[in-house]
Amino acid sequence: MSLSPVEGVALAEIESDPDASTPAAKGVVGRSPGQLAWLRLRRDRTAVVSGVLLVFFLLLGLAAPLIEMVYGIGPREQFQNLLDGFGMPLGYAGGVTGEHWFGLEPGLGRDIFIRLIYGLRTSLFIAFAAALITATIGVVLGALAGYLGGWLDAVINWITDLTLAMPFLIIALALTPTITLRFYGERGQVSSAFGVGVLIAVFAIFGWTSTARLVRGQVIALREREFVEAARASGAGLGHMLFRQLLPNIWAPILVSFSLAVPQFITSEAALSFIGVGLSDETPSFGRMIYRSLDFLQTDPAYVFFPGIMIFALVFAFNLFGDALRDALDPKSSR
Amino acid sequence: MTDEPLLRVRGLSKHFPVRQGLRATGLVRAVDGLDFDVRPGETLGLVGESGCGKTTTGRMLVRLLEPTSGSIEFDGRDITHAGRRELRPLRQELQIIFQDPYASLNPRHTVGRIVAMPLQVNGIKPPGGIKARVQELLELVGLNPEHYNRYPHEFSGGQRQRIGIARALALRPKLIVADEPVSALDVSIQAQVVNLLRDLQRELGLAFVFIAHDLAVVRHFCQRVAVMYLGRIVEIGDRADIYERPQHPYTRALLSAIPDVTQLGPAGRIRLTGDVPTPLDPPSGCRFRTRCWKAQDICATEEPALVPRDGGRQATACHFPEGEAVSTSPEPAGAGLVADAAVVAAEPAGRGVQANVEEVSS
Amino acid sequence: MDSSEPLPSGEPDDRPAVPAQRSDQDAYLRVDDLRVRFDTEDGVVRAVDGVSFAVERGHTLGIVGESGSGKSVTSLAILGLHDPKRTTITGEISVGGRQVVGLADEEVRRLRGRDMAMIFQDPLSALHPYYTVGRQIAEAYRVHHPKASRREARQRAVDMLDRVGIPQPARRFDQYPHEFSGGMRQRAMIAMSLVNDPALLIADEPTTALDVTVQAQILDLLADLQAEFHSAIILITHDLGVVGQVADDVLVMYGGRAVERGSVEQVLRAPQHPYTWGLLSSVPSLHGDADADLVPIPGNPPSLINLPSGCAFHPRCRYADRAGSRSRTEVPELRAAGADGHLVACHLSADERAAFYAEDIARVGVAV
Repeated sequence: MSLSPVEGVALAEIESDPDASTPAAKGVVGRSPGQLAWLRLRRDRTAVVSGVLLVFFLLLGLAAPLIEMVYGIGPREQFQNLLDGFGMPLGYAGGVTGEHWFGLEPGLGRDIFIRLIYGLRTSLFIAFAAALITATIGVVLGALAGYLGGWLDAVINWITDLTLAMPFLIIALALTPTITLRFYGERGQVSSAFGVGVLIAVFAIFGWTSTARLVRGQVIALREREFVEAARASGAGLGHMLFRQLLPNIWAPILVSFSLAVPQFITSEAALSFIGVGLSDETPSFGRMIYRSLDFLQTDPAYVFFPGIMIFALVFAFNLFGDALRDALDPKSSR
Repeated sequence: MTDEPLLRVRGLSKHFPVRQGLRATGLVRAVDGLDFDVRPGETLGLVGESGCGKTTTGRMLVRLLEPTSGSIEFDGRDITHAGRRELRPLRQELQIIFQDPYASLNPRHTVGRIVAMPLQVNGIKPPGGIKARVQELLELVGLNPEHYNRYPHEFSGGQRQRIGIARALALRPKLIVADEPVSALDVSIQAQVVNLLRDLQRELGLAFVFIAHDLAVVRHFCQRVAVMYLGRIVEIGDRADIYERPQHPYTRALLSAIPDVTQLGPAGRIRLTGDVPTPLDPPSGCRFRTRCWKAQDICATEEPALVPRDGGRQATACHFPEGEAVSTSPEPAGAGLVADAAVVAAEPAGRGVQANVEEVSS
Repeated sequence: MDSSEPLPSGEPDDRPAVPAQRSDQDAYLRVDDLRVRFDTEDGVVRAVDGVSFAVERGHTLGIVGESGSGKSVTSLAILGLHDPKRTTITGEISVGGRQVVGLADEEVRRLRGRDMAMIFQDPLSALHPYYTVGRQIAEAYRVHHPKASRREARQRAVDMLDRVGIPQPARRFDQYPHEFSGGMRQRAMIAMSLVNDPALLIADEPTTALDVTVQAQILDLLADLQAEFHSAIILITHDLGVVGQVADDVLVMYGGRAVERGSVEQVLRAPQHPYTWGLLSSVPSLHGDADADLVPIPGNPPSLINLPSGCAFHPRCRYADRAGSRSRTEVPELRAAGADGHLVACHLSADERAAFYAEDIARVGVAV
């Protein structure tokens, strides 16, 4: 109730026609709502900092092979000679040296830095792919359900409820090994691409519901707006209605939900890998690293520290950016 | 100009089922049996208070709503239940202007795109290109054609309404349904838009169904006026008939309730008591009887038909219509002060009306 | 509107820069040189810029203006409803002899409801949807009568509902706002604002959302209540017809400033400001030639963020050139014009105005 109706009245009185009094001040080309949001985003310091951080992470992930070349160490190389008799890395802080920036894994003696870079690559790839697929499924189903209504809406709602009712973890636990078994048999060497694919598929099956609900609600709210009716009165077909009239108006919430889904998938991937359903140890990933590191919490805290801080920074930056994006796209929601 | 009506509406009804859960518990009779014609180039005003069904009627005319029963004939073709493909050629001749200049323009589209939408949707490529046509339209409605690339939020309410008008004109329609096109605008802007619509109507020979609650605005725009109450037309006639010789008590009350700048202080007025009843359960017989000072027993039992009087020009659905001599009608004290200037003011009758009315009473 | 050039000496009310109305001393509400500024992202907005007026008990002042004229901001300033963090208010507002500007929030709250109350345009958003109408009215009563029992408050609320013409008030007491029709809701809103007998009632477009037949009822009700409670009423509206029907005095606002002030006869029958002329001639009427074009004011209402220099109306004024460059550089002051107490802020001389009015406006026959 902080925004009283009073304030609204006052503001409504203020905002009037910006154009009549200053025809010459602006160029002929107007600023689109998107451009205005971009301006607001650039003015927001949190957005800029978290955005720069995200771009940095993305570049790191993309350039992983390049970094490997420069760094000179691969993710699967083992440096047993730098471990002591118990398999613990020699030196301080888990074997941090000029050669191995973040030290070495106890046991196998792999380089933590380059495994983190590749882990970042895996995590980002899985998260982005899953977010893209879920967003696409969600937008298509939500828009159809919202715009067409009727039995289609009922069916899609029913499927949504069904999906939400399925226990994600249990099914993921049950499904992943079964699928793997089905494709590779008892002893087959599971390729890392397959593991990644299964993870993305599991996320896609479960993750689209929130986007679908969001889009459905937005479309229903817009469906009765007069500009939509104007298009209908001109004889526009389904494609035009959905893609030309409706979707451009709900990009903002979709974008926000996308940017908040990515960090959620990053943590989910880590969690699944942690409980052992996700990726095999072959594929470098945050979840596997943290899982392995927990055994050495007492003896080699640096091993927990680096992946932990990395995943924290990544998710934090994503969430901050998502919130900033929401504020920029819809300034009214910020208070 | 032919004598054939451009738009012929017969028995048009729209009933909305009221649901509680899955059960239909009632029926809102938003529009309940309308008959009227609009001739080419004619302007018909559809007037009434909220809940009278005027907006629903407008939406049905452009087929945004599916009529429950009755028929709509446009240009000799029955379009009551025509599908999207059948409607396509007609859409171009039948357009709508909306009330809310903020909701009626897609905020993510440039003005050029908004105005071009009807052309693109119908795959029309005007000679000289879409852009030239759009700029021509913008100029026609008094906007700077250079503003082609701007977005709606950069325009004021009046300018936005002009954009909506340009969009409606894009397909060169024969009939435009204007749903309260000026009621959301500032006073000084209302006059601009009314004048614009009037100029366009004359220049392009457009027919209009002009939906409004403001009788004064309708008087300046429409040649014929239909007054609606609770889903029915209670009176229809030429402008001079409705404003100078209103026969239905409701029309008189409506006219008398308008505060007029030219009259200072509380004038002698007809005061209706209470609000409009809910269309969920309209009164039996004459729907206006619960607020009517003339209501008798017959009004509760028998629904009055829309009967043409005065040689067919004006039709009134009332058991006790006002005669020419106003004062003789049996009225209680309060309503006796009817000597309203609106009734007295004289005006050359029937000017600019080319139509002979043949209102059909159902 | 004949003779008086600006500043004819000897008139009691021709001090430039406004104030002073005939009844200044007994006025219940006095607003003197009110200025309201908002700090926004796009710069400082002068929503109200030096407005003065007074309202006696038993009188109604109509404030007329379009969107962006500052009329609503003025009323909210009187009620002390602006967010103090983003708003700067200067000038004087005295309600029943008490200075409102600069008063602590707590004290303004005590004034609000008891001494002054507001009726909003949209009663549905002003009433809380989850409480019964009666309970909200009773609560409003108990805020200012803490000693009143629940039973007394309820009785008071039922009485008020009855007084504003709601049938079966005892039954209606327990209904929720959505169960009321639009007209009934506005009546309930009026009952709520009157429950503490405020001496000053501010009605912001109280009938704009209503149908004409219901509007007529509500305006009658306000007039009846005013006669009964002898309250001072400020009626904010864009509808000159409504003003003509119920107001005693009229203040015409444009771009945050008062452009014309006077009795309702003066302003509507012998308007002095070109903006008032424009308003009058652009309103469609039930009389006169229906086929004649309306005479609209060209252009659009100005944005308060970017107000035209000099006279804010000059870009839309057909006579701006006659006043020379002054209209663009100098803000006209509110000065005596014509009859007693009639003020206008225009660079044109009284003779010029009289001539233009006779030629262009009266001829059209819209403003009689």
